[in-house]
Amino acid sequence: MTRRLLGLRRGQLAGLVLIAALVCFALLEGLLHGADPASQDLANPFAGPSLSEPLGTDQYGRSMLARLAAAVRLSLALSLLCVVTSATIGVAMGVVAGWRQGLLDKCMSLLLNIALALPGLVLVLLFASLAPGSFLMLYVGISAVLWVEYFRVVRAITRRVAASPQVQASRMLGFGALYCVRRHLWPAIVGPVLTLAAFGASASILALAALGFIAVGLRPPTAELGLMMVELFPYYNEAPWVLAQPILAVFLLVLGLNLLAGGEE
Amino acid sequence: MMTLVAKRLLQAALMIWSIGTLSYVLMRLLPGDMAFRIAAGRYGYDNVNLAASEAVRAELGLDRPAWQQYLAWLADLVRFDLGDSLVSGLPVAHEVSHLVLHTLQLAVAAFACAVLLALPVGLFAAFRAGGWFDRCSLVASAFLRAQPVFVIGLALVLLFSLHLKLFPVAGFNGSKYLVLPAVSLALVMAAVSSRVIRHSAVGVIRSAFFDFSRVKGLSFAQSFWRHGVRNAALPVVAFLGIQFAGAIEGIVMIESLFSWPGVGHGLAHAVFNRDVPMIQAAAMALGLIFVGLNLLVDIACYLIDPRERTEP
Repeated sequence: MTRRLLGLRRGQLAGLVLIAALVCFALLEGLLHGADPASQDLANPFAGPSLSEPLGTDQYGRSMLARLAAAVRLSLALSLLCVVTSATIGVAMGVVAGWRQGLLDKCMSLLLNIALALPGLVLVLLFASLAPGSFLMLYVGISAVLWVEYFRVVRAITRRVAASPQVQASRMLGFGALYCVRRHLWPAIVGPVLTLAAFGASASILALAALGFIAVGLRPPTAELGLMMVELFPYYNEAPWVLAQPILAVFLLVLGLNLLAGGEE
Repeated sequence: MMTLVAKRLLQAALMIWSIGTLSYVLMRLLPGDMAFRIAAGRYGYDNVNLAASEAVRAELGLDRPAWQQYLAWLADLVRFDLGDSLVSGLPVAHEVSHLVLHTLQLAVAAFACAVLLALPVGLFAAFRAGGWFDRCSLVASAFLRAQPVFVIGLALVLLFSLHLKLFPVAGFNGSKYLVLPAVSLALVMAAVSSRVIRHSAVGVIRSAFFDFSRVKGLSFAQSFWRHGVRNAALPVVAFLGIQFAGAIEGIVMIESLFSWPGVGHGLAHAVFNRDVPMIQAAAMALGLIFVGLNLLVDIACYLIDPRERTEP
């Protein structure tokens, strides 16, 4: 545990490598292989691994390599979008609420209480029902769930930092609020926010797969990990290795992000 | 204590209002003319004509401005009138109350299994912190946490229903059907809480007051029972509140996977059918269960920890 690279612990490093490998797989497939994930070849269902189809084909003879890479790209893109959006909103609101307490803080905390009264997936489901099968609504719904954590953590840190002697000294020396935020607050926030971001990414990947699995997320023929699992499950007896692929992909994605977030705590 | 209850009640009221508002927006967004749709629901699609739909429109006041209809929608909510399902035509409140019972049955069974699993595993790992059991349980927990709930459920179905043929695959007909969904939920909950139990127990065992009670001559078991349990329990119980969010998400997944006739399954179905009154009622039921559980956690923390009580 003593050796560190890039300031990361061993477990985090393993997670980083895992995620980097998956990103490479998803991007390189798009660049080099470039098959259409929706093009069917009905004469060739459940073909075993071969040179042209390294991961075999599914029940409609679609290339599993192309589908898997497209699904991983979709999951990664969604999680990145959701994390960036929710982190920006959550951190901004947390800093404002923690720094200038009072009425503004009360209003935001009320909003927080509403968001906390519902389990995340239920809120995402409500949003998903607004416009079934739309990527945009899933994105809005998942972001609406994730911002809460950033807000809570950042608000607590900001309150502590704003009351600290260092900040008081800076203020009395005549430095502005912007300087204090950059110099005192930002260094305290950055670590926890990055941890939350990794957890948030894994949560959004799980949510996307979960919605696909209960048939209220994206619609076929989109290559999406949860959808692929439902579609392939009936063929479990004929082609267990094909079913295993999306499951393994979700597992590696989430495991990598959880490890990156710092494993234990 | 009263402030705790009041806070949670306020939260429940806010939650109901927000779901009601979202459902109202949902209702407005449904495709087609609302009066036509309701008339079709009443008289059958073949018997709808303009006159019938106009009669419905006048009767239900659908020609009023949107904000008046919104207030009427909220007024219905306050009177606990949740409306009729757009699919089955039955009162939603009646259907959901059925579903809630099944969900609670599953949740209680899963929670009991999770406690039975997590407590011994967490405590044993804590007593031998850093040992092989501790490390194995860490790996097992990381492994379980890295998959969606439904994959664990699928794995159990494949193993116990399709290969060993011990339990039915899905459905609801007696206690045998309860085992697999409850166990898969319990595994997920135990994966997290066993680690929380382990950490808080290790914290207590390494603390100064624990050392002192050992030094003054109490045995390990005596000091853990007298000084350890209450201190270790507080973070575990407090964490339960967070965990219940995950548990309810798990319930939605697991009920859909095992066709368990509960609220989560009902909600997923309603979303699929865009049955707005049903969506509203099911989401509210899950939200109320969630807030209620959190209230129980608050009260438990209050009872365990006397320090909070002195400073109101």
